[in-house]
Amino acid sequence: MSKKHNNIDQGKREWAVEARGLVKMFGNHRAVDGVDLNVRAGSIYGVLGPNGAGKTTTIRMLATLLRADGGSAKIFGHDVVKESQIVRQLIGVTGQYASVDESLSATENLVIFSRLLGLGRAESKRKAEELLEEFGLTEAAKRPLKNFSGGMRRRLDLAASLIAQPPLIFLDEPTTGLDPRTRAQMWETIRRLVNTGSTVLLTTQYLEEADQLADRIAVIDRGRVVAEGTVDELKASVGTSSLHLSVQEAGDMAEARKIVEQVLQVQSSISSEAGKITAPMANADLVTDLLIALRGQGIGLSEMSVQKPTLDEVFLTITGHGVTDAEQTTAHKSKQSEEA
Amino acid sequence: MKTTSIKPGFGRQLKNSTSLGQTIRNSLTMAYRGLLKIKRTPEQLFDVTLQPIIFTLMFTYIFGGAISGDVQSYLPVIIPGILVQTVITTSIVTGVQLREDMDKGVFDRFKSLPIARIAPLAGALLADTVRYTIATTLTFSMGYVMGYRPEGGLGYVALAALLVIFCSWSMSWIFAFFGVIARTASSVQGISMLVLFPLTFLSNAFVPVDTMPNWLQWFVDMNPISHLVSAVRDLTNTGSAGWDLTISLIGALVIVAIFAPITVRAYMRRT
Repeated sequence: MSKKHNNIDQGKREWAVEARGLVKMFGNHRAVDGVDLNVRAGSIYGVLGPNGAGKTTTIRMLATLLRADGGSAKIFGHDVVKESQIVRQLIGVTGQYASVDESLSATENLVIFSRLLGLGRAESKRKAEELLEEFGLTEAAKRPLKNFSGGMRRRLDLAASLIAQPPLIFLDEPTTGLDPRTRAQMWETIRRLVNTGSTVLLTTQYLEEADQLADRIAVIDRGRVVAEGTVDELKASVGTSSLHLSVQEAGDMAEARKIVEQVLQVQSSISSEAGKITAPMANADLVTDLLIALRGQGIGLSEMSVQKPTLDEVFLTITGHGVTDAEQTTAHKSKQSEEA
Repeated sequence: MKTTSIKPGFGRQLKNSTSLGQTIRNSLTMAYRGLLKIKRTPEQLFDVTLQPIIFTLMFTYIFGGAISGDVQSYLPVIIPGILVQTVITTSIVTGVQLREDMDKGVFDRFKSLPIARIAPLAGALLADTVRYTIATTLTFSMGYVMGYRPEGGLGYVALAALLVIFCSWSMSWIFAFFGVIARTASSVQGISMLVLFPLTFLSNAFVPVDTMPNWLQWFVDMNPISHLVSAVRDLTNTGSAGWDLTISLIGALVIVAIFAPITVRAYMRRT
């Protein structure tokens, strides 16, 4: 009994975010269906899932932008509904769509947000200059945002979230739609942020991003958390890499798939449009056995590669169904072509 | 990035409420934002610059002879009337622009900031008083050019201008409410015109009331716009303040007292 009490007490000072059974309904659709999240202060926490999984809705509820239909959430021990104004003093939110003022310049945006946060006139100007410098936007400071690139807009958006130096920052898909170089810059910025003592809760569609940044990950699908753990734990469940095979004769597909599953002892999947067999692979050594077995059956291969696991495979392994969202498939494809 | 560490989230002394001082400061900052936006897109001032000029010219020369015998003696009647009509019509734009503004991502940030909830709305409405001031100044100037010399003198004309600007600001809360609840900007325009058109024309703004049928006179006398027009005429033409001024001010305050809270509520509900 006393031990349990102790735990609760400790928990109070440990968790930046505690969400219990969050529910949000849009009409009859349960966009978020009982989400639990625990984010340790000072860590980067990744929420991974396809479009429409409920990531943004969850973040909006935690950031006091949306009222939950069920469940509760606390930010540093403060209830998001009852103490919303306190919560707002502890968070910074960078939305999926840049939440900055299009018709104003970068400096004007930052000055207005600084003034709203209670900084004086001179102090706001200084803060704006400082942040623009940090985010490499000084040259563009006076230009209207209409001419900003996607990456510049995101950086300005993040800069705006950092004015008050909030201990918790929500980043909703911070790198979706950015080119690889800008994405790497963004990652660097996020890492430095955590070094100063912030907690970051980010959502992403890319396993690689979660892998690069997050200490812990929650995989979310159809409004539910379907897996939670450290990056290593999650990867172990998927296999460290994945095997992609395509056969010469379309008629051999079923047979080849059977052999793959037998030899690797995993579940495989077929992407129909490409006629490709995909399977998670924990042990690279097994590939030799697989190739021998395929040759033994006289199945000719047209292509074979070993790749890092993609979100599709994580999903297949965890949920038993692939990512169905059309947008997600294209995002995934463009990512693969980037890697190539 | 600065290496200064961030104060931890625990153990901060924070208040869950916003003080009146902060509310005013936040609203003024939001008003500053509104002014910057006007500066960046000066073309949105077309309506407040052209409408007073065209309407004043048109109405005076069309109705002047028929109603008051000649244009000169119609001016003291029409200028206050057209002033109220023009400036109040201008306040519709507030609702339309608010709707357009709220569809942008920046309102998400305003909602997530620890600022007074009313500030983004109050600020936008406050910035729009600039538009009313422009419309008011131009209407009086047009009147002056056409030969209008208000008996009340410059001081009372200024008071009348302030009264009209204040009442339009109050009315703009109604249109702000439409702006918050409506789905598109054009529907805001539609609803607002539907409300305002009968209100401004079924008043004493353009014609003497005694030529109207009895049942209409009853409505015109009830119409708050009539009281506002009368109050402006009293101030500009005789330099006096009467019952109409009191009713106008009370009416304006009642509108704000009703519509400001429900607008903020609707704004908070909307996601």
